[in-house]
Amino acid sequence: MSDVKKFMYVNRKAPYGTIYAWESLEVVLIGAAFEQDVSLAFMDDGVYQLTKGQNTAGIGMKNFSPTYSALGDYEVNKIYVDKESLEERGLTLDDLQHLVWEDEDEDYAEKDSIRLVTRAEMADLLAEQDVLFNF
Amino acid sequence: MKLTIQVNEGPYQHQSADTAYYFAKAAVEKGHEIFRIFFYHDGVNNGTRLTTPPQDDRNIVNRWTELAQAHNIDMVVCVAAAQRRGIVDDGEAQRNGKDATNIAPGFRISGLGQLIEGGVQSDRLIVFGD
Repeated sequence: MSDVKKFMYVNRKAPYGTIYAWESLEVVLIGAAFEQDVSLAFMDDGVYQLTKGQNTAGIGMKNFSPTYSALGDYEVNKIYVDKESLEERGLTLDDLQHLVWEDEDEDYAEKDSIRLVTRAEMADLLAEQDVLFNF
Repeated sequence: MKLTIQVNEGPYQHQSADTAYYFAKAAVEKGHEIFRIFFYHDGVNNGTRLTTPPQDDRNIVNRWTELAQAHNIDMVVCVAAAQRRGIVDDGEAQRNGKDATNIAPGFRISGLGQLIEGGVQSDRLIVFGD
């Protein structure tokens, strides 16, 4: 296999209503085994995917939101959230799950996975990727 | 250039299935190499041979099969997405106790790792979908 590439999974859609969000997460979990430089981006309605307290009982669908908290164990720890997308929806960081990962190099110190970025910063992040998956 | 193409939308429902086809066809005709075409989400429905469009419409599934056979292109249908949507080959029928298959010639069912490998191995990964 060739050298490590920068893979980014861009999530733009609400968690339910369509299956894109759930099947995107399935790609991320499988892709984690390939030891690439992986990051996730959440923008537009995609920021709803990370909200805490999701309850799907009324719609008869599986609530897959707990899976996001496992991403740290898969060494997926760069989760970029578009600040403006949150603000446009009246959300703040406090409305999102607290996602963390353990840094082996610092005695397994727990660190935040979510990084709020401006739209301009997000554009720069997108530009520096080798492979972009858009869901 | 070596390309992997991801198709995320179903045939007839969404133009992505057409656009991806025309892109793939143009790319091989220009001399580019298509490492793989990967069908995901409702895109897996591009791979059912039971499609019967009206005679005066394009046959999207046959068109894929002909393109793949003419240029020896690897076309992969995601197994997890296919199981949800009932795209079945012999192996899947046996594993899941189904009484029929519907995979079209030129398509094969395999895992999401094939998509990631496409991203790793290709110069560009191009996604068609919303």
